[in-house]
Amino acid sequence: MRYHVVRNVYAYLLLLPAFVFLVGFTHYPAMATLLDSFMSTPRAGRAASFVGMQNYQDMLADPIFWKSAINNLWFALATIPVSIALSIGMALWVNDKIAGRSFLRMAYFLPTVLPMIAVANIWIFFYTPGYGLINQVLQALGFSSQNWLGDPGLVLGSVIVVAIWKEAGFFMIFYLAALQALSPSYKEAAQIEGASAWYFFRRIQWPLLMPTTVFVLVNALINAFRMVDHIIVMTKGGPDNASSLILFYLYEIGFKFWDQGYASVLTVVLLLILAVVGLLQFFILDRRTHYQ
Amino acid sequence: MNHVLTKIAAATIGLCLSAAALAKTEISFYFPVAVGGPITKTIDQYAADFNKENPELNVTPVYSGTYQETIVKVLTAHKAGKPPTAAILLSTDTFTLADEDAIVPIDNFVKTDADRAWMKSFFPAFMLNGQFANMTWGVPFQRSTVVLYWNKDLFKEAGLDPNTPPKNWAETISMGQKLTKKDASGNVTQWGIQVPSSGFPYWLFQGFSTQNDAILANPEGNQVKYDDPNVVAALQYWVDLSKKYGIHPSGVVEWGTTPRDFMEKKVAMIWTTTGNLTNIRSNAKFDFGVAMLPEGKRRGSPTGGGNFFIFKKAAGPEQEGAYKFAKWLTQPERAAQWSIDTGYVAVSPAAYETPALQKYAADFPPALVARDQLPFAVAELSTHDNQRVTKALNDGLQAALTGTKTPEQAMKDAQAEATRLLRPYK
Amino acid sequence: MSSALTSMNSANPVTSASHMSHTRLARGISVLGAWLLALMWITPLLYAIWAAFHPSEFATKLVLNAPVTFANFVSAWEAAPFASYFLNTTILVTGILCMQLVLCTLAAYAFARYEFLGKNILFSLVLIQLMVMPEILIVRNYQTLTQLGLVDTLFGIGLPYFASAFAIFLLRQTFKTIPAELVEAAVMEGASQMQILRHVYIPLAKPVYLAFALVSVSYHWNNFLWPLVVSNSVGSRPLTVGLQVFSSTDQGIDWSIITAATLLTSAPLLIGFLIFQKQFVQSFMRAGIK
Repeated sequence: MRYHVVRNVYAYLLLLPAFVFLVGFTHYPAMATLLDSFMSTPRAGRAASFVGMQNYQDMLADPIFWKSAINNLWFALATIPVSIALSIGMALWVNDKIAGRSFLRMAYFLPTVLPMIAVANIWIFFYTPGYGLINQVLQALGFSSQNWLGDPGLVLGSVIVVAIWKEAGFFMIFYLAALQALSPSYKEAAQIEGASAWYFFRRIQWPLLMPTTVFVLVNALINAFRMVDHIIVMTKGGPDNASSLILFYLYEIGFKFWDQGYASVLTVVLLLILAVVGLLQFFILDRRTHYQ
Repeated sequence: MNHVLTKIAAATIGLCLSAAALAKTEISFYFPVAVGGPITKTIDQYAADFNKENPELNVTPVYSGTYQETIVKVLTAHKAGKPPTAAILLSTDTFTLADEDAIVPIDNFVKTDADRAWMKSFFPAFMLNGQFANMTWGVPFQRSTVVLYWNKDLFKEAGLDPNTPPKNWAETISMGQKLTKKDASGNVTQWGIQVPSSGFPYWLFQGFSTQNDAILANPEGNQVKYDDPNVVAALQYWVDLSKKYGIHPSGVVEWGTTPRDFMEKKVAMIWTTTGNLTNIRSNAKFDFGVAMLPEGKRRGSPTGGGNFFIFKKAAGPEQEGAYKFAKWLTQPERAAQWSIDTGYVAVSPAAYETPALQKYAADFPPALVARDQLPFAVAELSTHDNQRVTKALNDGLQAALTGTKTPEQAMKDAQAEATRLLRPYK
Repeated sequence: MSSALTSMNSANPVTSASHMSHTRLARGISVLGAWLLALMWITPLLYAIWAAFHPSEFATKLVLNAPVTFANFVSAWEAAPFASYFLNTTILVTGILCMQLVLCTLAAYAFARYEFLGKNILFSLVLIQLMVMPEILIVRNYQTLTQLGLVDTLFGIGLPYFASAFAIFLLRQTFKTIPAELVEAAVMEGASQMQILRHVYIPLAKPVYLAFALVSVSYHWNNFLWPLVVSNSVGSRPLTVGLQVFSSTDQGIDWSIITAATLLTSAPLLIGFLIFQKQFVQSFMRAGIK
């Protein structure tokens, strides 16, 4: 195929404006951050200097980094399967002819529309020891009040619940779209065969929903490393870093302690994680998906 | 043609001159709020009053969140080359601000005898955190000490004298035990005492450590003693209040909800800033008292709160305007009114001589407690790279309070981290 | 429905009466589960409404005959410059959307219609931004803004988002499905490239544009971390940051005022969503279908 030169240039011109911003705020900073990670932090009176792998070594020796990384791993492992499972359930329910499905759909999707900041304060109340809503219910049932956000053993679980609550409705929409795109002949055939709802789901719907699941999975993975608004508002990473996540720690290092070298290293770590997610999607998941 | 041009030139020059005459010096003023109450409204009113009295100046107050959020916003702006003209920041941020070359010493503006008198007029305890290298980098504005609030009704119910708060560490325990109530299933419905430990537990902890005769950092701000045996013992006492004596909630206690917990009668005694006094007074539906913190080996409390800083990158006239605003804000009458409106300690002894504050204190003696504690007060923990060195202590305190580490181990780890961070500053 | 059941009954001997009641029970539990989950899901909003309309003392006590009041909304509105915050967020969101529509339409057009050297590589570069959002590179991006002198400006907040990989991806997908006959017809009538874009591609992609617009507006209305870092003063502070600064826990928490402020700031999206529920859902669905 011969590339028409004039049309080539025309195409590049069309792409130019968008690419200026894409490169400027994604590709260039990624490269620059990689370079910065090998430099020390500049302070007033001391310019940045090359320090090789020093920043990386500091990071590997930092217990708070490991805590944040492990927390993030747990966060991902807990939020992803649960929100996906819930979202499939929600989609099946809303797709079905249940009474009041409009209300159900609204209730499930509502958390997605609200800003995380807005709801974080409400959740702080829910979790408050003593007279917080959850503890009021617990105490009415005879259990003791828990310090949901102040106990290092409970705090990560508490923020995971908030994340799932926020995300599941969002994923539901994608499953809903996919379910509605499924041919009704499958359902008819299953009914004639007398297949149970569970069998129908497991053998027919689930495989056909694979493309959506892949899409949702990748989204959920990215979100697990991107969502820190609720941490900033509800726990500030505490107590004692029990709810610190990588991006949150990055924010503290970069904008509270102004340690540029270290912040760059943390950014590189995040980039590597996202790269792994991308490769995962490309090589493994896309191959194994059953497309209609 | 020349005639027309001259006319245009004259008109232009005339416009420029009059514009210059009308132009006000803009003073942006970032301030945090760490206590309950309509503080932003009060500050806005002060700015409006100042602007009216000084028509050539225009102070624009910008509410910027907590102390921690405000220092982030201020340094962010400074590094971008556009800092505010002035800001209220924690007195402990002085080293950090000076290291970043962000602020100018107040001494630069002190020229007349009146100015010098003004600089000497503050309570000495409040000047401690703002001074080093023989210069004064910030002047006190909203300063405080930690105080003990106690619910007199709950004391009466527990059979204690409602007018006598605990005097020392032992009485805190004995009274606390009488004040802790449980329900049928053994859950606590009312705690004896609550000391917040979220966000910045180091400040409350300095009460315990000072009372146990330990000082956490040196005046140069490049050395800390987190693992001193007295410090560890003080932490052990705090941990024991919940672990051993069961009079204090376990885990981390939230700063923001502690006054509300007090007002909801979930706890009989709390430690919090005197800056919450007016808030509690307006909202508590019971009789309460305010006392100095109980004595350990000695009485003690950290000072706290914010100083007024002026920023280097601001233009000369703006800095002068900010200096004028600083002096205006800390006038005895205004300092007195600010103290009445919030509960913060008025920053100068002269403020306490004003009729307004004298009358208020006569009506409401608790307003004087924080001031009376000043002779026992020590400087708030402050070092170079302050946020990070303090975080090491905060993490350690929270680890001990949640039982993740023993007080000894927590303080040892905190000390190691702090030493590492302070090495470049020795 | 009953005829289908009877036909099922007669067609398959397994479908006995006990099986039917068993299925009905299972279905009943399923419906109950759906409703319970929905109620749980909507509880935070219900609580916010409760606390916002009742005085402070009843914010934590769910007493049924507590007095209803609007005072909290008034206090919240007066306590912080919410009008400015609203204006800022509106300008921000609209500005970002406009730039996205223009830039991404052009780019998607290029990818959909032209063959050129390096097309695949350039498209891969676009796909990278689907994964790596500007917030991840927050430290560097903030420095870029500093060098451009755009810190503490609405323009600075919007800048990294002007080129949306998601929009390019979506529009390219859509443009590729435009029937070739329509394009050829336009070419034969002597239309220029831009005219073809304007008169053939864009009108046919309207539903997708609407879908993307709703997604973009929701996302940027609720965006927090980047605006937090970039904005310092009220002039550039959007709603999310304004709300966070306002409900800062150090101030001593008054749930009634905070929830009132929360409802105030969420109101536009909330009301918009409740009215245009169907469109909202359709939009997100359309945006998700690959």
